[in-house]
Amino acid sequence: MSLLIDEVAVAYGTRQILHEVSLPELPAGSLVALVGPNGAGKSTLLRALAGLERMKGGLSLDGQDVTRLSFAERSRRLAYMPQQLPPGIALGVLESIVAALRVSGADDLLGNAYEALRQLGVEALAERSLDSLSGGQRQLVALAQLLARNPQVLLLDEPTSALDLHYQLRVMGAVRERVVAHRLLAVAVLHDINLAAAHADWLVVLREGRVVACGAPQEVLQPALLAEVYGVEARVERCSQGRLQVLVDRALA
Amino acid sequence: MTALAQEGAALAAWHYRRLLWRRALLVMALALLLLLSVLGDLASGASGMGLGQLLHGIVDPATLSATERVIIWNVRLPYSLMAVLVGAALALAGAEMQAILDNPLASPFTLGVSSSAALGASLAIAYPLGVAWLAPSAQVTVMAFVFACLSVVLLQGMSRLRGAGVESLVLFGIALVFSCNALVSLLQLLATEDVLQQLVFWTLGSLARADWHKLGILALVLALLLPFSLRAAPAMTLLRMGEDRARSFGVDTRRLRFASLLRISLLSATAVAFVGTIGFVGLVGPHIARLLVGEDQRFLLPASALVGALMLSLSSLASKLILPGVIVPVGIVTALVGVPVFVLLVFRRGRKL
Repeated sequence: MSLLIDEVAVAYGTRQILHEVSLPELPAGSLVALVGPNGAGKSTLLRALAGLERMKGGLSLDGQDVTRLSFAERSRRLAYMPQQLPPGIALGVLESIVAALRVSGADDLLGNAYEALRQLGVEALAERSLDSLSGGQRQLVALAQLLARNPQVLLLDEPTSALDLHYQLRVMGAVRERVVAHRLLAVAVLHDINLAAAHADWLVVLREGRVVACGAPQEVLQPALLAEVYGVEARVERCSQGRLQVLVDRALA
Repeated sequence: MTALAQEGAALAAWHYRRLLWRRALLVMALALLLLLSVLGDLASGASGMGLGQLLHGIVDPATLSATERVIIWNVRLPYSLMAVLVGAALALAGAEMQAILDNPLASPFTLGVSSSAALGASLAIAYPLGVAWLAPSAQVTVMAFVFACLSVVLLQGMSRLRGAGVESLVLFGIALVFSCNALVSLLQLLATEDVLQQLVFWTLGSLARADWHKLGILALVLALLLPFSLRAAPAMTLLRMGEDRARSFGVDTRRLRFASLLRISLLSATAVAFVGTIGFVGLVGPHIARLLVGEDQRFLLPASALVGALMLSLSSLASKLILPGVIVPVGIVTALVGVPVFVLLVFRRGRKL
């Protein structure tokens, strides 16, 4: 399974948000991080892939043109996770997943919902109410809603925003594990470049609606690129465990 | 799956099914309470006719005197049943509004549907259409209905404007309330004493306008629309978890909102056109139902309709008991009870913001 993004363009009226974005074929079993400064078009690209924005260009999954699929079928294969589960919803955790699955017409709603929670290690939350959960727990439940549909591609919009370090690692670890174990593809918008470097197989750097760089983190993360894209003077070093670390020294004028 | 995981799954499934049963039982309990309230409402009235005598009269009308027949068939039954149907229609409309607009303060009353109906009715009272084939009272009902529908069309139009979010829709609704109220006040200012009395009475909202013809129409509207509401319930539950989430699960949210606003307009316009402005049932009913059965709209929508019906039925009973010998317009009763609850909701909402 692989995803091909070919000259995807999105415009709001006369304002062009994405300029014909093309990427090399993204293979199954990998986690792709979309990074870049605010307003680069990362979330718009993700929403376009999910079918939530009107786009031009080609998008094919395993050679099949996704844009020709019905919206329901497309959303089943490429499942999108918005940033946050809103507060104030009087539903139980398991109930919320079953409710979401019911709309997508899945079989064995309860079995799939529970299994998704179990695979994320949060099955103990099944009977809790959504409102009683912490931000991190809610994000794991939102991820379970997504995984319960057994999609081929996970589209995650800032899945770790507003999470503490513990849950940042848990959420990204859970995504990584599922991607590898089930040969899925995950495309995630990430703001934290170090988190992206630590978990992603590919980094796609966007700026002003265009792809500036794309490749493995060690190839992409170069001081010159960070200066050009983010306007910062930064070093890229390896920590004692061999992981890449971006250390920002100062903002460039 | 390991044996332990299977055991966990079975336990979770058991808890989930128990939860559904509890909700279904609560809905049934509400229906039972409503039945009791209707019986109580039927049994009360100035004539002093008791429940036993009344039920006997319904089963065997031959035993009734002409006066008793009028009391039962033209007054008590239409009043009580109208309270049930109007309460159900307003609360169902309110529950759908709150779900699709993602706003706990949305209701036909707060978004201007009731005020628009009042403006339509006031215009018909102050300046009769002069249509010979339509009785003056029917003209008032028709104008109220047309104006209520117009207000929902305006709300629909707003929701379709690019960049108009849910918040703008709610603010527009509030603006509509103020504009309509101002125009009604203007009509009142210009009106003669007789007309002024009618205007004030209409805006109070009263079950005294109930008759079998209106009951039939409202029952038909409810019976036709409720299945569509229930069919849309799973998608609406998902919509409560966020617009993008619902869309990403394949829900066509624009179509869902359009269909829902259409149902809301028919339900609230019909109810308001028949009995006048009855506030807070459409707002508070869904909140009480939500506290009881949660956010799963498959339970919440019927529960809201039942709570609304129960609230108005109890209000109808109270309206006969507050001042002996006088039936206080039921709109006054619901407003008196509803205002404190509304303020409470606003403050609870405020704490969360």
